[in-house]
Amino acid sequence: MNNNQTTRQPLPSLTGGVGGGSFKYFPHTSEDLQEMLQACGVSSVHDLFADVPEAARFQRDYNLPDALSETDLRLFFEQLTSPLATQQLICFAGAGCYDHYAPSVVQNLIERSEFLTSYTPYQAEISQGTLHYIFEYQSMIAELTGLDISNASMYDGATATAEAVMMAWSNAKKATRVLVSETLDPKVRRVVDTYAHFHGVPLQLIPAKDGALDRDALDRELSEGGVAGVIVQQPNYYGIVEDYTGVAEKVHEQKGIFVINANPSDLAILKTPGEWGADVAVGEGQSLGIPMTFGGPGVGFMACTEKLIRKMPGRIVGQTLDNRGQRCFVLTLQAREQHIRRQKATSNICSNQSLMALYVTIYLSLMGKEGLREVAEMSYAGAHTLCDKLIATGHFRLTFPDKPFFNEFCLDYDGDLDALLAEATECGYLAGVKVGEKTLMLAVTEQRTPEEIEELCEILNK
Amino acid sequence: MATFESGLRYSESHEYVRVEGEFGYIGISDYAQHALGNVVYVDMPEVDDEVTAGEEFGAVESVKAASDLIAPVSGTVVEVNEALEDEPELLNKDAFANWIIKVQLSDPAELDNLMDVEAYKAHCEN
Amino acid sequence: MEEFTTSQIHSTLPLEGERGGGLLGRRLYGNLIFELSKKGRKGYSLPQDYDRTHTTAELPAALRRTEAARLPECDELTVVRHYTNLSHNNFGVNDGFYPLGSCTMKYNPVINEEIAAMRAFAALHPLQPAETCQGALEVYYNLQQSLAELAGLSEFTLNPCAGAHGELTGLMVIRAYHEATAPSHRTKVLIPDSAHGTNPASAAVCGLEVVEVKSLPDGTVDVDHLRELLSEIGPQVAAMMMTNPNTLGIFEPRVLEITKMVHEAGGLMYYDGANLNALLGECRPGDMGFDVMHINLHKTFSTPHGGGGPGSGPVGVRKGLEQFLPTPRVVMENKEIGKGEAPASSNSLIFTISHSQSAPLSVGSFFGNFGVMLKAYAYILSLGREHVKQVGPLATLNANYIKERLRDDYLLPIQGLCKHEVVFDGLVDKSTGVTTMDVAKRLLDYGYHAPTIYFPLLFHESLMIEPTENESKETIDAFIDVMHRIAQEAKTDPELVKTAPHNTPIGRVDDVLAAKQPVTTYWKSVESR
Repeated sequence: MNNNQTTRQPLPSLTGGVGGGSFKYFPHTSEDLQEMLQACGVSSVHDLFADVPEAARFQRDYNLPDALSETDLRLFFEQLTSPLATQQLICFAGAGCYDHYAPSVVQNLIERSEFLTSYTPYQAEISQGTLHYIFEYQSMIAELTGLDISNASMYDGATATAEAVMMAWSNAKKATRVLVSETLDPKVRRVVDTYAHFHGVPLQLIPAKDGALDRDALDRELSEGGVAGVIVQQPNYYGIVEDYTGVAEKVHEQKGIFVINANPSDLAILKTPGEWGADVAVGEGQSLGIPMTFGGPGVGFMACTEKLIRKMPGRIVGQTLDNRGQRCFVLTLQAREQHIRRQKATSNICSNQSLMALYVTIYLSLMGKEGLREVAEMSYAGAHTLCDKLIATGHFRLTFPDKPFFNEFCLDYDGDLDALLAEATECGYLAGVKVGEKTLMLAVTEQRTPEEIEELCEILNK
Repeated sequence: MATFESGLRYSESHEYVRVEGEFGYIGISDYAQHALGNVVYVDMPEVDDEVTAGEEFGAVESVKAASDLIAPVSGTVVEVNEALEDEPELLNKDAFANWIIKVQLSDPAELDNLMDVEAYKAHCEN
Repeated sequence: MEEFTTSQIHSTLPLEGERGGGLLGRRLYGNLIFELSKKGRKGYSLPQDYDRTHTTAELPAALRRTEAARLPECDELTVVRHYTNLSHNNFGVNDGFYPLGSCTMKYNPVINEEIAAMRAFAALHPLQPAETCQGALEVYYNLQQSLAELAGLSEFTLNPCAGAHGELTGLMVIRAYHEATAPSHRTKVLIPDSAHGTNPASAAVCGLEVVEVKSLPDGTVDVDHLRELLSEIGPQVAAMMMTNPNTLGIFEPRVLEITKMVHEAGGLMYYDGANLNALLGECRPGDMGFDVMHINLHKTFSTPHGGGGPGSGPVGVRKGLEQFLPTPRVVMENKEIGKGEAPASSNSLIFTISHSQSAPLSVGSFFGNFGVMLKAYAYILSLGREHVKQVGPLATLNANYIKERLRDDYLLPIQGLCKHEVVFDGLVDKSTGVTTMDVAKRLLDYGYHAPTIYFPLLFHESLMIEPTENESKETIDAFIDVMHRIAQEAKTDPELVKTAPHNTPIGRVDDVLAAKQPVTTYWKSVESR
């Protein structure tokens, strides 16, 4: 950034180096400073730090660039977003982050400062905007997942899954482990492993067979008992829609809880976690109207059955009445949370991704019942068309033949996959994610045009 | 003002036991329900669970507070007060009439470690 | 339960007479989006010219949901009006003074939003090859380095998504360090009893046992008690967590002694960055002897709170602990190449993504909240070397000014200097029965957000005010006048204060009803009518 810096001298001042009225975010004039210092009975702002031991005082300048004017700041970031520095690729990659369409209205409403610049809605009387949309968000997530209760959202899909593992563990009285499907996204599994390791939850990996959970292996583990919970993904990491018939019953037999990590966008069509008999649904909500932004911020969702409401981590908004008899909304069941329960809380989480939940809420309000189905149909159709065409080139074959998939799928390539992907990048395409030496995973959303699908096939026909 | 009932044994953490034969009815004192405020939820163990003196067996929640229930005596849960599931506010109405669990005492000698009403009253005043 | 019918849809409910000057003294907009839905409407448009050879009907019926999700069906304008109306029921920093203690509700610069929304960043897939996203990686790397300089530490990870998430990550790093260096049984964490509840909660999630360190009456750490604890359980201590300035806004005067004692016992010092804003320009956690810390970008580095998130909670470590930070990390390959310049071609990669660390920790799917990082980095660049130094002093001046001007009417339990925030213990005159809750609610009538109340727990009537460096003397003076006026009202018309707020879209809420029979979705609310 050296080429954009302007060199300025530190401002002279009578008040110990803090000049008045010198910067757009600081309103203090020299006069203000004098009056305020006088009221405080000190002569310099540094006197206000007289209680800081000398040895802990920071006495030099930070090794940071000089301040940038707004003009220079814009130039700096424009340079960083020039095609040379940051390339916008036509995206056929998924693996937990999807390039979906969002109506223009979503971003516009998100930027309203009343939503953007407010804090957690602790003061219900002046936070009905936030509380109200979270209540709508919870209703929508409950509806999509087919479960009774949703929390107000969490950091991301991976941490929400890790929270579900801890929830299963604390819910079980005499369990010895939590079972995790190998078809759960490895990135999510790493987070689950990290949390479980430190929290002291023994995990048992249930292997995959032909790209899907090995049901025999699962049954063997379950028959040994002591299972606090089973965690699976739908569609799974490889895009396959798995058949979880009968899993819930077996998990429930030993009072364990069944957790499905789902892609909420696909739930317009797919059988819901509730219908599969899951007790908890978690996942990443980015696919519901949130831009990819290099993977964050997204939003983790978590829904559960009524029975588990008090075991659920995270904030929850409930409906109530005010003293004028009006329907209103308020943060509720706070006795589960860290500011009351401290080390006995259901989790240490003390925020949600509120604004990201607002993306989801506005997106779903616009797309509605039909729109989300249309998105799912288009994505499904695009993915299957692309798959057909790539196989027809003769260079690809399905990694997991005969397994149903939704809008993401794995193909084995008969050449040098790295070279192929590099070439696609040269042509402006992100042709998927490499998930094995020869295996490419591609995702198609409603954003991908027939022309783009056609062109990608030509590029990959090598 | 909190009321105190004689004839019960009290713990420092404000639970009481009413002994009837080999059984003990465990609840929270009127002083405790006052301190908690409006009770919105009572987390109770299940029948046949074991409780151990000095260890938690559940929790009482109000809107702004949560308090673990500490077993004053050890024993096996033979009954839980199911009325509290739908009407947790019964604890506010009458904490002594609305016990939380009934246990079969496994060591009646433990009762000697608990306070009588006078000692408990003094404990609360401190 | 009150009936809600469509006849109320466009009505605004009448309020009691004007009794204050609140900005929100307008109306309640109360419809749920579901109540505005009408079958057949839609608020989107998608291209229709796609290959329909395949449809989801191909999927076995057993894999499909039986009934369509009951999502609302609305036209675009209905949705726009609905959320615009809802926003009017909210209060943000842009609406007025927001002296919420411990939350650092500073101004969220608009230019930062513009930068974070730049199309090239928004459209970036996290698994793009590093050579196609050098610009993003440069921001990421530079922010890591800038935070390290500001904190006086060696390296930062930007992966955690919030302060609490950072705390947990930091404790994981500490445990990973102990596991790797001396597989002892360091399973305890020392936490002052005045700490935020999140500290013990994070420790518990991380599998650590919490041991409380007592506070002195002035709220600072009881060093004698700490010494006692260390002599008893020193070899089991993994770390001590500290907030400094502490939750009372007081700088811990014996911090150097404390960090030394804990280090001698073999423990690490964790710095909870919740109150870092006070120290910008004056003091760095690393220089005080802290080994690991988190920073809340949404507090100290001006990114908006967004009604509760997304935040970002980067974690920094001193030299020697870098290898325990979670992955992925962004590293600079060739530090000689023109620092900060856009790469000349994809052949000369400057920034790369590293997944290799000695302890394979991972706390999120991708890189953390990149969109938030953009805003924080833009803020650091806007302030630059010279203005960053003014943040702590100006925030501290504002807080001390409020402290001096309000101490006649509000009880100041701790004399002496405060840092970026000041805690009062309710009104001086307690005879009126007006509580801190009442004062807070009355402030809403006057168009202010309430301070943090009933925290810290050290006092019964805590009222914690944090003004931030962005507030002008006029704003603060006006606030002080209102606080004095409320103190007067408490004497002359206590009922007015006790029944406040009067001028907000809703009055005080029945939170007992909400908790006793939780209604947390529209569907449940329909059922319960």
